[in-house]
Amino acid sequence: MDVGDTAHGVARQEAVRRMAGPRLALKLVWIEVKLFVREPITMMFTFLLPLLILVVLGGIFADRPLEDQYRNIPMMDYYVPAYMALVLASLGTISLPVHLANYRERGVLRRFRASGMQEWALLVSQTLVSLVIAVIGSVLLFALGVLAFDAGMAKGSGDVAVTFTIGAFTFSALGMLLGSVLPTARAAQAVGMLLWFVMMFLSGTDGPLDLMPAWLLNIGKALPLYHLVLPMVDAWNGFGINVLHTLITVAVGVAAAALTFRLFRWD
Amino acid sequence: MAVERAAPSTELVVIARALRKTYREVVAVADATFSVARGEIFGLLGPNGAGKTTTVEMLQGLRRPDSGEARVLALDPRERALALRRRIGCQLQQSALPDHIRVWEALDLFSSLTPGGRDWRSVMGEWGLGDKAKAAFHSLSGGQRQRLFVALALVNEPELVFLDEMTTGLDPAARRDAWGLIREIRDRGATVVLVTHFMEEAERLCDRVAIVDAGRVVATGSPQGLIGEYAGGVHVVFTADAPDLAWLTDVPHVTSVQRHGPRVEVLGGGPVLAHVAAALLAHGLEPADLHLEEPTLEDVFLHVTGHVMRED
Repeated sequence: MDVGDTAHGVARQEAVRRMAGPRLALKLVWIEVKLFVREPITMMFTFLLPLLILVVLGGIFADRPLEDQYRNIPMMDYYVPAYMALVLASLGTISLPVHLANYRERGVLRRFRASGMQEWALLVSQTLVSLVIAVIGSVLLFALGVLAFDAGMAKGSGDVAVTFTIGAFTFSALGMLLGSVLPTARAAQAVGMLLWFVMMFLSGTDGPLDLMPAWLLNIGKALPLYHLVLPMVDAWNGFGINVLHTLITVAVGVAAAALTFRLFRWD
Repeated sequence: MAVERAAPSTELVVIARALRKTYREVVAVADATFSVARGEIFGLLGPNGAGKTTTVEMLQGLRRPDSGEARVLALDPRERALALRRRIGCQLQQSALPDHIRVWEALDLFSSLTPGGRDWRSVMGEWGLGDKAKAAFHSLSGGQRQRLFVALALVNEPELVFLDEMTTGLDPAARRDAWGLIREIRDRGATVVLVTHFMEEAERLCDRVAIVDAGRVVATGSPQGLIGEYAGGVHVVFTADAPDLAWLTDVPHVTSVQRHGPRVEVLGGGPVLAHVAAALLAHGLEPADLHLEEPTLEDVFLHVTGHVMRED
C-alpha cells in the first residue's frame, strides 16, 4: 500500500463519518414512522380525534350565514386549516412528550446514548417524524373536508406550506421540551392532555372565539396554538403570511428549542 | 487494602485511578482503582449498590467522576466520550428497545451509529437471531433479548465490551447460555469487562476480578490467586448438634472453627482432616457428611470485607 492509498483511505473514512449523522437521523425517522404506525392507539388519537371534531363542528356550523364568520370565509375554509394546526398541537403536547418520556423511563435513551447517538440526531429526527405524521394527518383532514363538507382547496398553498412547517417546528420543539422536563410517560400524558384540551377550546379551533368572554380569550392568546391557528387560516384563504402571529410562533419555537438543548436528559 | 497485580498482557485498555463519584451526600464510588489488560475477561464483583455500575458508567463517559483519572483505550472518557463510545460496546443494566421495533431494524439502526462497522446481517446470524429478524422486541424471550443486546453491543466491532449484570433475571439454563456468549465475545477478540454480583459467575468466567464493596475496590487478582491469598487452607465441613465444640480449636493443624446453625466449618492446614476425624470419633461424634470444601470467592469476600455478600 503506498502513501496515496492511505491518504485516500483516510479521506474516505472521513467522508463516511461525516455522512453518518444525517444517514442515522433519516434511518431513525423511518423506523419511528413505522413504530408510530404499529401503535394503533396513538395513531387513532392523533388522526381520528381531529377528524371526529371536524365532523361534529362541520355538522353544526357548516350552514351558518357568512357574515358571522371570521373574515367572511366559509366555515370549512376556517376549520380545515385550523385543525391542521390542531394536529400539530396534539403531536407537540401529547404524542411527542409521552414518546420521549417513555423512551427515557424504559432506558431506550440510555441505550441510544451508550451506542454513540448524539443529541441533535435524536431531536432532529423526532422533529422530522412529527412533520411526516402531521402531513399525513392534514391530508386526511383535507380529504374529509372535501368529501363530507365540500371544503375548497387552499388559496395560498405556498404560504400554507411555510406556515405549517413553522408550526411543525414550534410544536416539535415544545413537545421535546415537555418530554425533557416531565419525568415519566404518565406525567407527560396528564400534562399533555390538559394542555391540549385547554388549547383546543381557547385557541379558535373549537367554535368561534367571538362568543368567549375577554378573560378566556386572553388565556387563549397566551397559548401557542392561538398564534398558529390564525396564520394557518389566513394562509389557507389567500390572505398571505400573517407576519405578527407567525413571528410569535417562531419565537416560541426558538425559545422551546433552546430550552430543550439545555434541559434534555438521557436518563 | 487494595491489592493490584500486574496484568498478563502489557497493553492496558482500561486504567481507573482513584475514581470517585458522589450524589449529594451519598458516596456512590469512593475509590475505584484497577486496570484491565487487552484480551482478558475482567470482573467487577460486589453486592448490589456497591458502586459497580456507576464505576462502569464513568469509564463509558456516561457520568463525570468528581475526581480521579480514567483512561479507556487511551482516551479520557470525559473529553472524548463520543469517540470512545464508537469503539466500545455496552450492555446496559437497565435499558430496553421500543416494543414494536423489529430485530433487524434495531441492528440496522445501531450499526449506522458507528460508520465503518461490520455488516449487521452477519452479526445477526452469528448470535442466532436470523430466524427472529422480523420479530418485534416485545415478543422476544429473555434469552433472545439478551442475545439481541449482545449483538447490538458488538455490531460496531468494539475492542472493549462492558457487560453490566448480563445474567440477572435469567433462569439457570439461560444463565449458562449467557456465560457461553461471554466467552465467545472474548474468543472473537474483544476485551470484556463484566459487572456481576454472582460469585460463581465471576469465578467461572473471569481471568481477573476486582472485588468492590461500599464504593471501593478492596482486592484485585485472578480468582484462584485471590482464593489462595485470602481463603487458603483446607476447609473441613460437617453437621453436628453437639452444643459445645470449643475443643476443636485444640486439635492439631486447626486454625479456626465457625458454626452456622448445625453446619460446622473447620479451617486448617495440611493433614487437618485426619486429625479432625480422629478427634470427632474420640468425642463420640460420627458425622456422616464429613467432607472437604473448596474455598470460593465467597470466602475471599468474607475475608477482605468482614461480612458476607447478600445474594438475591
